[in-house]
Amino acid sequence: MNGYNSVVCIKQVPDTKRITGDAMKADGTINRAALPAVFNPDDRCALEAALSVKERFGGTVTVITMGLPAAKAILREALFCGADRAVLVTDRKAAGSDTLATSYILSQAVKKFSPDLVFCGRQAIDGDTAQTGPQIAEKLGMPAITYLEKLDLDGQTATAVRDIGTGIETDRVKLPALFTVTEKFGELRPFNMRRVMELKASEPETLDCAAIGCEDSRCGFAGSPTNVNRIESVVLAGGEFKEVAPTEEAIGNLVKELVDEHTIG
Amino acid sequence: MNTRSGEVWVFAEQEDGKVADIAFELLGKGRELADRLAVKLAAVLLGGNEEMCAKLIEGGADIVRLIEDDRLKVYRGIAYRAAFVSLIRECSPQIVIFGATHMGRDLAPAIASEVRCGLTADCTDLQIGDYTDKKTGEEFKNVLMQIRPAFGGNIIATIVNPRNWPQMATVREGVMKPLERKATDEGRRTKDGIVRHSSNLDGVEIPVEVVEIIRRHSSVNLKGARIIVAGGAGVGSKENFKLLHELAAALGGAVGGSRAAVDLGYCEHERQIGQTGVTVRPALMISCGISGAVQHLAGMKDSAKIIAINTDKDAPIFQAAHYGIVGDLNQVLPKLIAAVKAKG
Repeated sequence: MNGYNSVVCIKQVPDTKRITGDAMKADGTINRAALPAVFNPDDRCALEAALSVKERFGGTVTVITMGLPAAKAILREALFCGADRAVLVTDRKAAGSDTLATSYILSQAVKKFSPDLVFCGRQAIDGDTAQTGPQIAEKLGMPAITYLEKLDLDGQTATAVRDIGTGIETDRVKLPALFTVTEKFGELRPFNMRRVMELKASEPETLDCAAIGCEDSRCGFAGSPTNVNRIESVVLAGGEFKEVAPTEEAIGNLVKELVDEHTIG
Repeated sequence: MNTRSGEVWVFAEQEDGKVADIAFELLGKGRELADRLAVKLAAVLLGGNEEMCAKLIEGGADIVRLIEDDRLKVYRGIAYRAAFVSLIRECSPQIVIFGATHMGRDLAPAIASEVRCGLTADCTDLQIGDYTDKKTGEEFKNVLMQIRPAFGGNIIATIVNPRNWPQMATVREGVMKPLERKATDEGRRTKDGIVRHSSNLDGVEIPVEVVEIIRRHSSVNLKGARIIVAGGAGVGSKENFKLLHELAAALGGAVGGSRAAVDLGYCEHERQIGQTGVTVRPALMISCGISGAVQHLAGMKDSAKIIAINTDKDAPIFQAAHYGIVGDLNQVLPKLIAAVKAKG
């Protein structure tokens, strides 16, 4: 067998760790323009998983993202790290997709490449839902192995080590299968400078919903059962607190108060 | 499929012959939702037994929908999904809630995908309310309001799924309160309360075999701690974190940390409190050198009493605190430790 064909689903996300005052508009919605867009951290680990499989066993790595044309930036990064092929699915019909519609569209794109292995990040930092990976697997009729930490392959069988929260589980899985990858898998390798030189002017392939055979009724708003009813930005109520001086006496009194009301002791 | 008489369901996860704590937390919330809708509350137990059913009924379930099948004893996503989807198709529940545990976050999306319904992840609250679709003007009475932080905890979103039922959500661990357990009258209610179903797994290919499970026996139990001493980046070093351990030991409490403290290696990941860590609500939270990012506050703001210690008097943590000590924790903590020991 000549290695494994992997598809990696990746996402460009606003860097929610670097939220500043400008990031929230007065109406409580997000000002995406004010946030730097980054390659979702867990998806970087998913790409590393696919590249390490290619390195050990041969085969190909295709990265797919759904988003606006600006998302080509992370596709290029993936190519620089060693991906063979990069595909952007972009379509106005995809706007407003929740996880169900997103997983449908991505599964239609993944299908085109008949992969042995599909990798997704565990979750994206903008939504933290961890839903898209398992949902793509269901739509492709593959088992989903979530929270992947280690992977070994032997013919058409994968041995996967996954975090189950209360411990670590080892599974034997028949391929094809989908894996969602955590940061435990390891950091994405750096750019290969030769590839950067060769590919810096390359344009990722672009597909729309029709090209991957999507039914319109299952894409975007039409295909999304969840609606956002309300969004509030988190404003902390300016609570009153009792200031305690950093002195032995004041701290002693505080402890006495807590003992008296049975909070401690 | 949108039947008003549909039950409220709680997924009761079981592991190693025991129902997980999260099932009882979900039953607490599920009871409230079911009472509000005047429908039955059912726990769904796959691969379990009668003893577990009794516990679930004591925990607030009206009935337990039980599938006994050896293929469901150990969790495998594909088998659980097939059995659960067949149960949903048979009974048409209106609401199904899962724990946002590794198991719940593996299972719920796959079910939602197959049933093609909506799913909201990691909710911190669930309520029943009315919803008007702003585009169509359509009104929906008594739908499930699924409330969750999003965008790194910077916003709180209320999500509804008014059309494609069941309405499904995963709920974070530690945020819902279990009910006081009521002993059933001589197990009579238990017997009446168990409804057995077939797994319908014959002919379903399950291409996953669980080879080995190694349980992590964590010495850290933040969720169960009455008192927590938590540190952030302001603690300054792993060495200084020892002061927190010393205070926690004196108080009989546990030590937690903010994400920053974990990232800096001051404490272990399992101690992380906040949106991506554990949600806690102890009787007393002593917060040391934590600035109070919303992601952290989301995981601790419901603590009964919060004492914040920080050198920066403008740190947002003080807004959430009941007591504030503006000062260097290296000086404040030894005084606090001494005072606690003196009261001992």
